[in-house]
Amino acid sequence: MPYRSSRWVMALACTTALVATAACGSSGGTGGTTADGKIELTVATFNEFGYEDLLPAYEAAHPNIKVVARKTGKADDHHQNLFTKIAAGSGLSDIEAVEEGYLPQVLSKADKFNNLLEIGPADVKPDRWLAWKSESATKNGSFIGYGTDIGPLAMCYRKDLFEAAGLPSDPEGVKAVFATWDSYFAAGDQFKAKSGDKAWFDSAAQVFNAMINQEKVGYYDASDKLVVDTNPDLKADWQQVTAAVAKGQSAKLVAFSNEWNTGFKNAAFATKTCPSWMLGVVEKQAGPENAGKWAVTEAFPDGGGNWGGSFLTVPKQSKHPKEAAELAAWLTAPEQQIKAFTAKGTFPSQVEALTSPALLDQTSAYFGGVKTGALFAAQAKKGPASGTIQDKVFNSALQAVEQGTSVDDAWKQAVEGAQKAAK
Amino acid sequence: MTADLTEVPSGRGVEPRPPVRRDAPADHPRPPWRDRLTRLDVKFTPYLFIAPFFVLFAVIGLFPLLYTGYVSMFDWELGGDEHPFVGLENYATLLADDQFWNAMFNTISIFVLSSVPQMITAVLLAALLNTALRARTAWRMGVLLPYVASLVALAIIFSNLFGKQYGLINTFLDAVGLSPVDWQGNWFASHVAIATMVNWRWTGYNALIVLAAMQAIPREVHEAALVDGAGAVRRFVSITLPLLRPTIIFVVITSTIGGLQIFTEPKLFDPAGGSGGGFSHQYQTVVLYLYQAGFQDFDLGYASAMAWILFLVVLVIAAANFFLTRRIASTGESE
Repeated sequence: MPYRSSRWVMALACTTALVATAACGSSGGTGGTTADGKIELTVATFNEFGYEDLLPAYEAAHPNIKVVARKTGKADDHHQNLFTKIAAGSGLSDIEAVEEGYLPQVLSKADKFNNLLEIGPADVKPDRWLAWKSESATKNGSFIGYGTDIGPLAMCYRKDLFEAAGLPSDPEGVKAVFATWDSYFAAGDQFKAKSGDKAWFDSAAQVFNAMINQEKVGYYDASDKLVVDTNPDLKADWQQVTAAVAKGQSAKLVAFSNEWNTGFKNAAFATKTCPSWMLGVVEKQAGPENAGKWAVTEAFPDGGGNWGGSFLTVPKQSKHPKEAAELAAWLTAPEQQIKAFTAKGTFPSQVEALTSPALLDQTSAYFGGVKTGALFAAQAKKGPASGTIQDKVFNSALQAVEQGTSVDDAWKQAVEGAQKAAK
Repeated sequence: MTADLTEVPSGRGVEPRPPVRRDAPADHPRPPWRDRLTRLDVKFTPYLFIAPFFVLFAVIGLFPLLYTGYVSMFDWELGGDEHPFVGLENYATLLADDQFWNAMFNTISIFVLSSVPQMITAVLLAALLNTALRARTAWRMGVLLPYVASLVALAIIFSNLFGKQYGLINTFLDAVGLSPVDWQGNWFASHVAIATMVNWRWTGYNALIVLAAMQAIPREVHEAALVDGAGAVRRFVSITLPLLRPTIIFVVITSTIGGLQIFTEPKLFDPAGGSGGGFSHQYQTVVLYLYQAGFQDFDLGYASAMAWILFLVVLVIAAANFFLTRRIASTGESE
């Protein structure tokens, strides 16, 4: 008898335990206090922010604070986690990094984030950063993100392909080629005439993104109304790019795909829109056998632009928002950002950091010893007209054009797709 | 109270008890506490032992299923502050959504392109593995290797093979004088490419299941047929296939469920890494569209409605397959 009842109890216990773990298996503490009474702050970032050495330094200077870093490999996964946990109402870190491409979605939920003007240190004002950078993280007077890095745009080009096609390839000479988008596409025609199977640029979407980035009004107007079918600038850019595709200027390689990587090795295209972080990508994909063949110039058609960069936000879920804002302000201070730049190459968005010798003296041996730091610092000050870049709907439509869909059908696909996505 | 005693279940492992007469005196003494405990034990312990499965199923299977149905009735934006009730509007929108029907067509097309060749190859492969091969175990384990490999690694390798400009397959086609195929842009070619990934991974697995069933067929039946003068083909068609019927039905139904929920292969086949299934959704499957709606556009209500429609479609197609397979497998003369 005792044997039997103990078995009964055990089964009951097992089931209860099972229900309990299943029901409350995923409860994790956020931003609490540690056992020894320290305030615990979590910092969630993706890819490389270069904070590995900075966080211990902050802990050393602030004995009452313990910092826990949460790093995610891919930006996609990081932001999906961010949005899901905003929806869940719990689980976010005290500091959440947000990438520029996801900023519109974050701003549409701006009420879930702290206004850093209110809770941040009083001496940290939006003018610490480039004006356009701070503006892009502000909505209805609420400043929700301290800028970390940016991706100022320049142009990369293959010197050897330029020479073979009879185009000027020296730093001064190429300025005429890259003066405006008109001169850029005209040079593309000239290039195509001389070097048959090589293309002028890698893919239409990569060029279109840079063009739309320079327009005052992109996909949305100032009142957040979708204007894709009525914005004449957007249509003009679209027509210019698709016309170039029709003339064979595009290598039709989807950016960051394996085929695109191979395209760099095979010298499939002669120019590439190059944000500061793209230099590393070019160097890696083109490989050491192409060292010295690629060059980078600050001459960018019709001015400059920006592609990429992030912000540090403090969600309202944080239990220690003031301390978190203080840490975020410290991490995004010019001195710290320069250290992060030295460690991982994240290009600073702080006005003061752009004059730092550590930045200005940076050179790239792969790109022929050019002073890349000074070059991109100059581009950073030009900035974008609007923050709009990288629209999935338009990227797909441009790909469709490259694969043989008619320009009109693809335009219809883009407009309908954008309207559906905006619904 | 006392009459309950007669209703003690006498299942396996329970010792038979002497029957108690219904007209037993009413002043029968109350059973002692321990007896009652024993009765409870016998009655409920079996349920507790099977409970873990049902509890788990209820928590991670049934609850999400029902909750998805609930969510599908709302305009439920992920992270939104309020979720207005919209009734069946999501379903109405869905049924009028071209992109959904395109995704449904793609899913079924990829499913047919993968399942049909897969089943035929698996049965033939099993028949081969069932013969007196040298190093039989090595072969049998060998067909399982693709199944062991990581699906993500596989999809990346296949996407490279099917690359349009620098892919190995197009390079080969070019070398033998054929024109290269646009494995990305052409809808049919992209379906073939994705179906190839599915087939490569699942054929061996299904072959092993069929092989196990083949080995369970009694030798006597084959021997009797042999005595009657039946050749190898005749025996395969008239004995092996009909006797494999339950197994083939099982394999067809599981591959129907899996095939209609295909996600990873088309997701990773997209060079841009998005959930659109190609630049004009030429290989976007229903689950891929569901994922896009739910986690890219944050429209959980719409995604939930899609999940339910897909669930119903899987049920219908699995049932259709069940009857179809039964017919096909019963055309043998042994029936």
